Amino acid sequence: MGPLFDILGGLVLVAGTAFLLLGGLGLNRMPDVFNRIQAGTKATTLGTILTLTGIAMMHPDWALKLLLIGMFLLFSNPLSSQVLARAAERTHVHKTSRTRIDRFEQDHDQGEEA
Amino acid sequence: MADFLVYLAAVLAGGAFLLALFRFLRGPSPVDRVVAFDVLTVIAITGIILAAVVADRVIYLDVALVYALLSFLGVIVVARYLERGA
Amino acid sequence: MVLTREFTKPFAALLFFWILLNGTLAPDTLLIGVVASFAIVWFLRESMSFLNEFRATPQAFIAAFKYTGYFLKELVKSNIALARVVLSPDLPINPGIVKVRTRLKSKMGRLLLANSITLTPGTLTVEIEGEYLYIHWVNIESDDIDAATESIVAGFEKYLEVIYG
Repeated sequence: MGPLFDILGGLVLVAGTAFLLLGGLGLNRMPDVFNRIQAGTKATTLGTILTLTGIAMMHPDWALKLLLIGMFLLFSNPLSSQVLARAAERTHVHKTSRTRIDRFEQDHDQGEEA
Repeated sequence: MADFLVYLAAVLAGGAFLLALFRFLRGPSPVDRVVAFDVLTVIAITGIILAAVVADRVIYLDVALVYALLSFLGVIVVARYLERGA
Repeated sequence: MVLTREFTKPFAALLFFWILLNGTLAPDTLLIGVVASFAIVWFLRESMSFLNEFRATPQAFIAAFKYTGYFLKELVKSNIALARVVLSPDLPINPGIVKVRTRLKSKMGRLLLANSITLTPGTLTVEIEGEYLYIHWVNIESDDIDAATESIVAGFEKYLEVIYG
């Protein structure tokens, strides 16, 4: 493609990696594991998709394979986050004191008492 | 210009990698570490794809795809293990 | 006849991925793909049933298209919201775990719903128990099950219902 398209793709690419950086920052700033998972999974998913889009603009002949990687990540990224969140909940990982309510714990403690 | 942007993207991804690595080392819970590891693998996938652009080799994309598949399975297995260990 | 119906959709899905993976429609590659997809569907009939739950109607394809658009919009919104939280010095969060309900029956439909919720603003699926989902919410708007369902689930459910029933 033309040089203009290359630069446009490059800008999208930089935006994508900026979101990755945001995810890394969120991973460090958030107070407990659930909030960290939220920051990590959302930012990296959009970040990677933008990165793939940017590269697809620079190399249109790679688009199909990039699309496949994107589709896989779109499926696997939230799924692994959910499995990790479930592991955290089931192993009673410490939650931040700012947590307002925990329906899961309420429901499941009742179940054990009844 | 486009080359410069690719390198800038690589620097940003490198920064993200360092931040996630920091969380990985600090923990505190095992789940925190696995979360950080999961983020690290996604950043690494981006890194591999950037390497494909710089080297102009389409075969690296297959490497990224296989890496994505394997790391996904790895995270699922480790999470399962953590659940049972409680 | 039932056999062929059960067969076609997983087969088509697998073959589609094979073509994407190879990025070519060359006859020899295509032939290998057809044989491999056929063999996989044949030997793994039981566990492939999740690829068979979607409806192959025109309405379902239109819904899938709209769903993708809505999903991408939500993904961008969620990242902007996240950026606002992470970049502000006092970290304005108000987290908790709420419970919501879904009308979706199929496994794949529920999985896609859970995945979509994880990527939308401030929510993360923690556990699925039958028709109930436990959601971690960075900024709780409502703890009431119906209100939470309305604001978290409803947007995606209306598309997924058409695709998965």
